[in-house]
Amino acid sequence: MSDQKHVLILGGGTGGTITANRLRRMLPRSTDITVVDGNDDHMYQPGLLFVPFGLTQAEELVRSRGDQLHAGIRYLQATVEGVDLGANVVHFEGGTSEQYDVLVIATGAVLMPSETEGLAGPGWGENIFTFYSLDGARALAPALANFTAGKIVVNVVDMPIKCPVAPLEFCFLADWFFREKGVRDDVTLTYVTPLDGAFTKPVASRRLGELLAQKDIEVVTEFNTGTVDATEGKLVSYDGREVPFDLGVVVPLHGGADFIGRSPGLGDELNFIPTDPHTLQSKAAPNVFAIGDAAGLPASKAGSVTHFEGEVLTENIRRFLEGESLDASYDGHANCFIETGFGKAVLIDFNYDTEPLPGHFPGRVGLPLLKESHLNHLGKLMFQWFYWHALLPGHSIPGIASDMPTAGKHKVPAGTH
Amino acid sequence: MNVATVELADVARNDEGFFLDPSQWSDAMVPALAAQEGISYLTDRHWQVIRFMRSEYLEKGTGPTVRVLGKASGVSIKELYELFPKGPAKVAARIAGIPKPRGCI
Repeated sequence: MSDQKHVLILGGGTGGTITANRLRRMLPRSTDITVVDGNDDHMYQPGLLFVPFGLTQAEELVRSRGDQLHAGIRYLQATVEGVDLGANVVHFEGGTSEQYDVLVIATGAVLMPSETEGLAGPGWGENIFTFYSLDGARALAPALANFTAGKIVVNVVDMPIKCPVAPLEFCFLADWFFREKGVRDDVTLTYVTPLDGAFTKPVASRRLGELLAQKDIEVVTEFNTGTVDATEGKLVSYDGREVPFDLGVVVPLHGGADFIGRSPGLGDELNFIPTDPHTLQSKAAPNVFAIGDAAGLPASKAGSVTHFEGEVLTENIRRFLEGESLDASYDGHANCFIETGFGKAVLIDFNYDTEPLPGHFPGRVGLPLLKESHLNHLGKLMFQWFYWHALLPGHSIPGIASDMPTAGKHKVPAGTH
Repeated sequence: MNVATVELADVARNDEGFFLDPSQWSDAMVPALAAQEGISYLTDRHWQVIRFMRSEYLEKGTGPTVRVLGKASGVSIKELYELFPKGPAKVAARIAGIPKPRGCI
């Protein structure tokens, strides 16, 4: 075998870009690195939340994918047709292909509105919207601006979704938005979720549930949306319950990229990649790895997860190429700022085993956890700068490692103090 | 202790009714577990779902969500709700003696 190795990275979003930039610094020049994506629009996805409220312009969120990659990384704009695991080849539309020694799947998650009856029908863009795509978020802005009275329903069709707190943030910001407009008394806000509470982890679920109640946002739980009826203006669950709306903001079902379904042995039922939760090696083949939303892991589909995974993934790829054992281990670390309106935000920090707890981050002195504060809101705003200038280039944020910190956290349940 | 001799009454379950130790489960417990969920008559379709839950758990370490059940168990979501009206994923998980499906984080 020649010394010339090829690391092929499918996806030029958060995970693919971080992986490529880190690997370029770690691997010898004799190793080629290629990043593939179907378009050149790298979107700052956390910014989508702010677009419907006129707080961000959609255009400000998009930059060139190629421009985020460091020198010595090849960028290939192409649409993946499928992966041939046995031959170590990726085929592209148009008949071209690429051999690989290591393949990284970083193609994220896609929205699948057509999987829900009625969702992608005539009401889409009329009285039913999503803010999980650039076009959707953009179309929702005038609809919210013109809304002065009636029922707004925010619905998560099913998990997993990208950034599971974003729909809650949408509710909090909508509460702020309509109070600012002076019409909050004429607008009802209802959050409809398939979960049995506001969030997936008990302590945070309780805190976030309290916030929803304080802000007069009704919560409907364990609702599995079967049909979205735009004409009648109602959600209907599989067990026959109905929630009426004048304006529906729906987070559609998510799945992995289409080519994964066309590649035998690569993905699961939802086209996510079955992946070892600690090494990030796929279960499909030893030289295939997955990062970020594309990976089928019991972790949130969120940029912070992808960022922390990046450190572990790139170390394990280096080890794999040098024939060493993969002992870099990801602990499921995630954190996120939850925008709560009125210039405040809540910060949560957790991993596979430890749920979000109150206290301070990253140590005894730091940002307050699980508590509304203006400082956290500033943190959320600053994060966009960090994303383009520190996270994508693959630098660590000072004081924040991939392992979850514990020093500033209270181990007692949030409800008891 | 021989796990095969565990009686349903001795099985450790959490306050939501999910098994703490899935190895304590046996086929023989299924009718009684189903009755506790208000299902008095078990059809082949119920069994198909219960066995699928069980094998998914043993393979992946967590039970499937309703959506995965609908895609992979051979039973549509509509029929799943007819079989387990109070919520297929959770009810079938309790009957199959596995922990609450994580589904989602």
